[in-house]
Amino acid sequence: MSQMRQVTDGAEMSSCPSCEEPLESGDLFCGACGFDLSAAPAPAGTDHPTIAINGAAAQGGSPSAAAQGGAPAAAPGGGPQASAAPESAVQWPQAAELDSTDTPAPVLHPGQLRGTDSSGTELSGSTGGAGRDLTGAAGGPAGSDQEQAGGHAPEPDGGAVRYDHPPQPDEYALQAPDPRTQPPAATPPAGTKVCVACRTGTVDQDGYCEHCGHAQPRERDHMERELDHVAAVSDRGLRHHRNEDAFAVSTTALPDGSPAVVAIVCDGVSSATRPDEASAAASQAANESLLASLPRGTHPQQAMHDAIIAAFDAVNSLAQEPARAREHDPHRHQNAPACTIVGSVIAGGLLVVGWVGDSRVYWVPEDRTAPSARLTEDDSWAAQMVAAGLMNEEEAYADERAHAITGWLGADAYELEPHTASFKPDRAGVVVVCTDGLWNYAEGAAEMAAVVPADASERPLHCAQVLVGHALDGGGHDNVTVAVLPFSLAPQGAGSA
Amino acid sequence: MANFSKSNVPQFSVDVYQNEFLPEGGREVNAIVTVTSTGGGTVGGTAVRAYASGSAPDAAVAIMVDCSGSMDYPPTKMRNARDATAAAIDTLRDGVHFAVIGGTHVAKEVYPGGGQLAVADASTRDQAKQALRKLSAGGGTAIGTWLKLADRLLASADVSIRHGILLTDGRNEHESPEDLKAALDACAGRYTCDARGVGTDWEVKEVTGIASALLGTADIVADPSGLAADFTQMMEAAMGKEVADVALRLWTPMGAEIKFVKQVAPTVEELTSRRTEAGPRAGDYPTGSWGDESRDYHVCVQVPNADLGQEMLAARVSLVVPQSDGSVQTLSQGLVRAVWTDDMAASTSINPQVAHYTGQAELAQVIQQGLDARKAGDIDGATAKLGRAVQLAAASGNEDTAKLLAKVVDVEDAATGTVRLKAKVEEADEMTLETRSTKTVRVKK
Repeated sequence: MSQMRQVTDGAEMSSCPSCEEPLESGDLFCGACGFDLSAAPAPAGTDHPTIAINGAAAQGGSPSAAAQGGAPAAAPGGGPQASAAPESAVQWPQAAELDSTDTPAPVLHPGQLRGTDSSGTELSGSTGGAGRDLTGAAGGPAGSDQEQAGGHAPEPDGGAVRYDHPPQPDEYALQAPDPRTQPPAATPPAGTKVCVACRTGTVDQDGYCEHCGHAQPRERDHMERELDHVAAVSDRGLRHHRNEDAFAVSTTALPDGSPAVVAIVCDGVSSATRPDEASAAASQAANESLLASLPRGTHPQQAMHDAIIAAFDAVNSLAQEPARAREHDPHRHQNAPACTIVGSVIAGGLLVVGWVGDSRVYWVPEDRTAPSARLTEDDSWAAQMVAAGLMNEEEAYADERAHAITGWLGADAYELEPHTASFKPDRAGVVVVCTDGLWNYAEGAAEMAAVVPADASERPLHCAQVLVGHALDGGGHDNVTVAVLPFSLAPQGAGSA
Repeated sequence: MANFSKSNVPQFSVDVYQNEFLPEGGREVNAIVTVTSTGGGTVGGTAVRAYASGSAPDAAVAIMVDCSGSMDYPPTKMRNARDATAAAIDTLRDGVHFAVIGGTHVAKEVYPGGGQLAVADASTRDQAKQALRKLSAGGGTAIGTWLKLADRLLASADVSIRHGILLTDGRNEHESPEDLKAALDACAGRYTCDARGVGTDWEVKEVTGIASALLGTADIVADPSGLAADFTQMMEAAMGKEVADVALRLWTPMGAEIKFVKQVAPTVEELTSRRTEAGPRAGDYPTGSWGDESRDYHVCVQVPNADLGQEMLAARVSLVVPQSDGSVQTLSQGLVRAVWTDDMAASTSINPQVAHYTGQAELAQVIQQGLDARKAGDIDGATAKLGRAVQLAAASGNEDTAKLLAKVVDVEDAATGTVRLKAKVEEADEMTLETRSTKTVRVKK
């Protein structure tokens, strides 16, 4: 049923999928941005995007490329694709949209790039189906017409073969939705939600059980997000009643078409009012700022600096809003909303970090014999003590004041000092961006590296889950938020290690 | 000035003041629930005029005047009662149903008679005042009979607000306490009633008990010449009522237990035992009728223990008013929460409102205990309790109560509660203190 076959006419592949530079027949790399045109048919099983091959190039100039293109073409056989169809039927027009977030090629046309893999589903190369098999299968009633957004009728011997790893039934959803891939009829009416604590009562409008009164999990209690090249997990932890951390992850492209990956993590200051709103506003504002400035060519480090300023402004504007909490409980001591921020951008071979407060970035090289490192310096009492030589690290962190922060985003911050740093790693590894909810349980870089799974680069979400799990196993005394960004030396092959 | 722009449909709001944070193992949740009703009636001297712009009044009032023999000693008492009743009648809005009852060991209809209510207008007000002249003192005192007659008369009108005003000068000597109790039980929830004791020969606990059971106010009018002003004020307050039979509904989760519910402002009124069940884990506590006013309630709930980081709803507080079809309309609601935290600073702080009203409730209690001890001749006990009362009244800024206390004890140091009992105390002063001991003040802003 929901079939995909992906044969496109060679003529269609006339421009670089990354930067849209017109291609010459036979190009192996884009003349403008250097995009590796052969990277496309990377072996199935990796979770990065497939890139269309210029048919003419493959045929005419690059036997190897053609071979690459042909062999894996077998992979996305009809069977696995249909069965692997992920959770829901994303509508066709959205497929293109998704592309832009998880591939380095936001400019791919819908007809060029099939459904995308944001779920990281791995392809199995099981079936022997070849491109033309797929063609046959898909060519059925499922609507080949519609699907040819920009292509020609499939050619049995299709010069260029394109495919995507994760089978995406979406493409035909408009015409012939596969019942198996339809989402369940409808979300159940709110009234039918059953309490997670007692499993008896229904949940009222305020989010409490009507039987035992327990607060129900809120959206922010546990959040996960995974894009290509970055994943993040945030958890309320075991001792706090709400999650005051927030994160934002995204991918975009520099003007040269090379990918840029962004992760922002914020930790609300509990002693302030509405820390949860502060962290959400800050992470979102910083992320949006980076998504606006990076594609314009702003240097990533400057972009990070600007993003922190934008986050600062966003948190400040919260302080001006009439605080419900304030009216409601005038006796609670009032502080302007505040939070920490830490962010990382991987772009153009650079690793840029920026922070205010005590949230951190760690570098964990893929080759664990190489040293790992902490890339940030806390704005905290403990760090200042150590920096001033008044205490050693152990003493400082044992002190109850250790976690008092000396820098934060918020209207009552003395002055904003965004710290940024830029690194050019000479090897592959992963970048761990986290709040103190994690690093309290893995303070040193070596300790952190010990917790990061060996396959972190391939499975960043899994890595983030493992790290959050580590914090929860340790007691989960605070909210825990972790973003993981694999770094590889060849951006286009990122993740294909 | 009257606010003519106000709608006649009151808006209720519920605000909850609490420290929701509990330490590990903590189970007791305290909250002050402030209920404010606005936009209904207006209070004060302009109420009558303000009403002229609205719809027809939807109220009935019965005035019960003590006509027992003791009202003639001194004779000014009866005269003042007559004048006060006349002043109250003048305060009636046009269209309000009313009756005047003369009370002795039996209850008599003074006006209009025939088991009916009159409808207030210029001529009926006049006739009623004429009828008052016939009032004379003679006979005993059986307040239960007055209340039951008032109930019958008030029930004859199809109105939503039913209110009584009761004046007595003596003890309820001509019926048993059980009879009075039975009458109060029969009338409770059917109408509200303010009670006043004139002179000093009446029993404070009887008068406050009547007001408490019928959700009205109680006070002393030691000097009969002050009656007219007091009656006028009471009637104005009654005319300001817009919604009757409002109940405070508390829902609590499975396993939770309500330790107490009390009104703490404007007066302390214990409500815990007055609960009527209202569906699963919910119960209603009567609050009577409401005009433009604000009252505070202290709710204490014991919740089941939960782990650190957990949050639960300890109580859902709503204001409900019954509808003709048997259902209830929810006017407003608020949430009382419990959140367990290991942050000691958060869990150990006491909400200022809770602390304040805990003190006010204790103040009312120690005054009562101190006066009881004094009557029983327990000088040390009385001194300790009233000393504590002086201390609490001073600390919370309850100046009215502090002044009343100063007439019963000589205060050496209010901050520490060091006092000496006065050797000679006017009976009126002691009764005033006892009657008004439950009056509270709100948290200082």
